[in-house]
Amino acid sequence: MKKFLFAASFTLAFFAVLPAPSFAANEAADETTFEKTLANGLRVIVKEDHRAPTVVHMVWYRAGAMDEKDGTSGVAHALEHLMFKGTKTLKAGEFNKRVAEAGGRDNAFTSLDYTAYFQIVPKAALPEMMQLEADRMANLLLTPEEFASEIQVVMEERRLRTEDNPEARVYESLHAAAFTAHPYRRPIIGWMDDLKNMTWQDARDWYRAWYAPNNAYVVVAGDVDHQTVFKLAEQTYGKHKAQPLPPRKPQNEPQQQGTRRITVKAPAQLPYILMAWKAPKLADIDQDREPYALQVLSALLDGNDAARFPKRLVRSEKLAQSAGSGYDATVRGETMFLLAGQPAAGKTVAELETALQAEMRRIQEEGVTEEELKRVKTQTIAAQVYKRDSLMAQAMEIGQSEASGVSWRDLDKLIDKIRSVTPAEVQSVAKKYFTDDTLTVAVLDPQPIDKTAKPKSAQSEFAARPH
Amino acid sequence: MRVLFALLIATFAGLVQAGPQIQHWVAPSGAKVYFVESRSLPILDVQLDFVAGSGQDPADKSGVASFTASLLEAGTDKMDEEQISERLVDLGARLSTSSDHDKASVNLRTLASTEEKNGALELLRAVLSAPTFPDTVLAREKTRTIEALKDAETRPGSILSKQFAAAIYPGHPYGRTATPESVAQITRDDLTAFYQARYAAPRAVVSIIGDVSRAEAEEIAQQLTAALPTGNTGNTGTELPPITLPQRNTLKVAHPATQSHIAVGLPAMKRSEPDYFALLVGNYTLGGGGFVSRLMKEVREKRGFAYSISSYFAPRVQAGPFEISLQTKREQAQEALKVVEEVLNTFLTKGPTPQELAAAKKNLIDGQALRIDSNAKLLGYLSLIGFHGLPLDYLDQFPRKVEAITKDDVKAAFQRHVKSENLVTVIVAAD
Repeated sequence: MKKFLFAASFTLAFFAVLPAPSFAANEAADETTFEKTLANGLRVIVKEDHRAPTVVHMVWYRAGAMDEKDGTSGVAHALEHLMFKGTKTLKAGEFNKRVAEAGGRDNAFTSLDYTAYFQIVPKAALPEMMQLEADRMANLLLTPEEFASEIQVVMEERRLRTEDNPEARVYESLHAAAFTAHPYRRPIIGWMDDLKNMTWQDARDWYRAWYAPNNAYVVVAGDVDHQTVFKLAEQTYGKHKAQPLPPRKPQNEPQQQGTRRITVKAPAQLPYILMAWKAPKLADIDQDREPYALQVLSALLDGNDAARFPKRLVRSEKLAQSAGSGYDATVRGETMFLLAGQPAAGKTVAELETALQAEMRRIQEEGVTEEELKRVKTQTIAAQVYKRDSLMAQAMEIGQSEASGVSWRDLDKLIDKIRSVTPAEVQSVAKKYFTDDTLTVAVLDPQPIDKTAKPKSAQSEFAARPH
Repeated sequence: MRVLFALLIATFAGLVQAGPQIQHWVAPSGAKVYFVESRSLPILDVQLDFVAGSGQDPADKSGVASFTASLLEAGTDKMDEEQISERLVDLGARLSTSSDHDKASVNLRTLASTEEKNGALELLRAVLSAPTFPDTVLAREKTRTIEALKDAETRPGSILSKQFAAAIYPGHPYGRTATPESVAQITRDDLTAFYQARYAAPRAVVSIIGDVSRAEAEEIAQQLTAALPTGNTGNTGTELPPITLPQRNTLKVAHPATQSHIAVGLPAMKRSEPDYFALLVGNYTLGGGGFVSRLMKEVREKRGFAYSISSYFAPRVQAGPFEISLQTKREQAQEALKVVEEVLNTFLTKGPTPQELAAAKKNLIDGQALRIDSNAKLLGYLSLIGFHGLPLDYLDQFPRKVEAITKDDVKAAFQRHVKSENLVTVIVAAD
C-alpha cells in the first residue's frame, strides 16, 4: 500500500524502482566496500559480494530536477532519455543493444536530487559497461531530430504517470503548494507546457553543465575485485577532465505561516488525502537526533502490519481504506513528513483527516511504548539482513545515501542511531513538528466518469495549481 | 508500476554454469518438496503453492480463491489477526499470501537464527493448518475489496486488463474477474469449503531455500503439511475447461483519459507447450527484449508514440495469454495501432532475421546468471518447477533448449499460436 500511496514520490525515467526507503544502512560495510577518488574528482565505490557471478554498475550524477530553472522543468529527466541515443562513436540505440547482447539489462532514473544510470550484467561484461558508460559521460551526440522524437516519448510518460493518475496529480499539486521558493515545487518529469516548449539546446546545455566526472560517482556491486574495478575506472572514466560546475544556490523555503489547502478534481472513485508538514532533514549524522526520531515515528505509524495505521485506522476503527506515512531524512533539499490515505466506505475525507490528526495527537499527549520501538528496531535489522539477498538493493542503498551527502561509511551508524531513539524523543518530535502552521493539505475530489467526454487540455487540468 | 521488460521473469530461467543443486522428495504427508541448501546468508525462504487460483473460483463467486488465500492470516484456532501480525513483526519475519489464475501461494521469509526461524515456521504452520476465516474480518475485507474494485473501474489500465481477459476468454474461468457483485456474495462457508477442498497436502508444492540442512528441510516440509486438510478427492485440480479461441474483433471502451490504453492478443500458450522455447526466443525480438525489441524500436524510438510498449506470453496450466500492450495519446491511437499491426504481421510472416535470432539467444543464454543470483529468484524457480512438473534440471537444460531454436521453429510456433483470425484488440479511452 505504501508503494501506491507514494507512487509519485519518484519519477524514474524508464521505470520505477523503489519509494525512498525509510531507513538506509548496511551490514559490515567497511569490510566489503571500498572507495577511491580519481584525479578528475570521480569517486568510485565498490561493494564486493561474491555470492553469484553477476554485477551491478551504476553512475550517479549529482544533478536532478532541483537543479533546473523555471521554464525548463523536466530537462534533467529528458536528458536521461537522450543518454540512450548515440555518442561520437556509438550509433543511436547501440548502447541498449550492447548491454542486451552481454546478457544484461539496463535502465536509468531521475529524482529531485540526482540522475542515475545502471546496468546489471554477468561479471565478464563489466569492463565493456564501464567503457560504454564513461563514453556517454563526455561524448553524447544530441541531434534536433532525436530530441524531437524523444520529447514525445517523455510527454507520453507524463500522460501515463501523472495526467491520468489522480494520486500523482495530488502529489504534484501538493508540492507545488507546499514549496514556493524551493525548487522541490516543480515536478521531476516537468510541467507539460515546459516539455512542449523544450528545445534540444536546453538538453544540450544541461548535459554540458552537469555531466562531468567531478559531479558524479560510480557504484559497482557484485562479484568483483575492487582493485580491478579501480583500474578499469582509471582507464575509462579517468580519461575525462574535471570541469567547473554551475553555482548551486540554496533557494531555501521561507518559513510557512499557516495551513495551505488545495483540491484536485479528477475522474476517480475514492477520495484521497495527502498531508505534509515541514520537517528537518538529516544534516549532521553525529549531532542530529530529530531526523532519527522522525524516521522511527513514521515506522511505528505505518512501517509494518502491526503498526498504528493498519491496526487502528484500517482494521479496528475502519476509518481508512488505506493509510500511510512517509518521511525521507536523506535529501539534498528540504523535506516533509507525509501522511496519506483513502477514507473507508461511508467515511468522508474530512473524517479521515480528523482521524489522522487524532493519531498524531495521541502520540503528542500519550507518547509511544517501548514495545512499539522495539518492533521498529527488529524490523530495521531484519530488513538489513534481507537486503543482502539483492545486489541491486545494496547498490541503491549506497547510491541514494551518497546522493544526499551521507557516506556509505556511515550506513551502519544510521542503523545504530535508529536503535538509540527513545520514546521521549519520538513524542518530542511529534509535538514540535505537527503544527497547523506548517501543514499543507491536498485532497482528491473524485469526479464521475463521463464516458462520452473528451479530456480537457493539459493546461486546464492544472487549474488546481496554486499561485 | 510498469515493468518495462515484459519477459515474465517466472517464464524462463537458466544457467551458464552448472545449476544449483535442487533436491526433491515427497514428504510423508504427500506434499512435493523442492529444496536448495544455501548457506551464504542467515535467511530461510519457504513457499507453499496449491492448485487454488481464481480458475477454481465458483462460477458466480469470483474472488473466493483470492479471499481464501489472503484470509489465511486473519486468524487461527489460537490467535487472532492482531496477534498474528504482532508475532510476525516481533520475529522480523515476512509472511505473504497471493493467488493468480492457477494457484494460491503462501510465502515466508525469516531469519535463520533458531528462535526466529522456529517461531516463524510455527506461525506458518498454524496459518496453513488451522485458519478460522473469522466473519468479522471477512466482512471488513469484503467492504475494502468492493471499494478497491469500484475504484479500479475508473482506472484505464485496470479497465483494460479486465476487459481484455473477458474478451479473449469468453465463458472461461480465465476470463472472469472479481466484481463488487461477486464479492458481495462470498460467505465464510465458501472460504472454508474452498480451503478444505484445495489446500490438501498431496497437491501442495513446498519450496525451500536457505540456511538449513536437508534433514532440517525434510522436517520443516513435513511439519508444515502434516495437518493440512485431507482435500476433496473429487477435484483433481486440473479440471479447467479447454479454451475456445475468440474470433478476431475490436472492443472500444469510453473513458476520459488523455491516453488510449491498448491491448492486442489472444490465448496462446500452456506451460507444458512444446513450443515454449520457440515462442520465448521469438518474442524477445518481437516485443519482449525491452529496448532492443522491434515493437519498441518502431513505436517508441522511431515515432515517439509511446513510453511503454511490449509483448509477452504468460504461460498457464491452460493456454495463457499472448499480449501486446501500449498507451498512447488518444488522438494517435489508430496510427500507433497500425504500426503495431504491421510489426506483428511482418514478424508472423518472416520471423526474426539471423542477427535478431542470434542476439535473442545471446541475451537469454548469457543473461541467465542474472535470473538466479538471489535466494528470492531461485525460490521462484523451485515453485515454477514444482507446480508445473518441470524437470529438476530445467535450469541446466535451458541454454541448450534456447540454443537449439531455429528461425523456422520461431515462425512455425508463432503461426501455430498467434493466428491473425483470433486476435482481439481492446482500446480503453478510444475516440
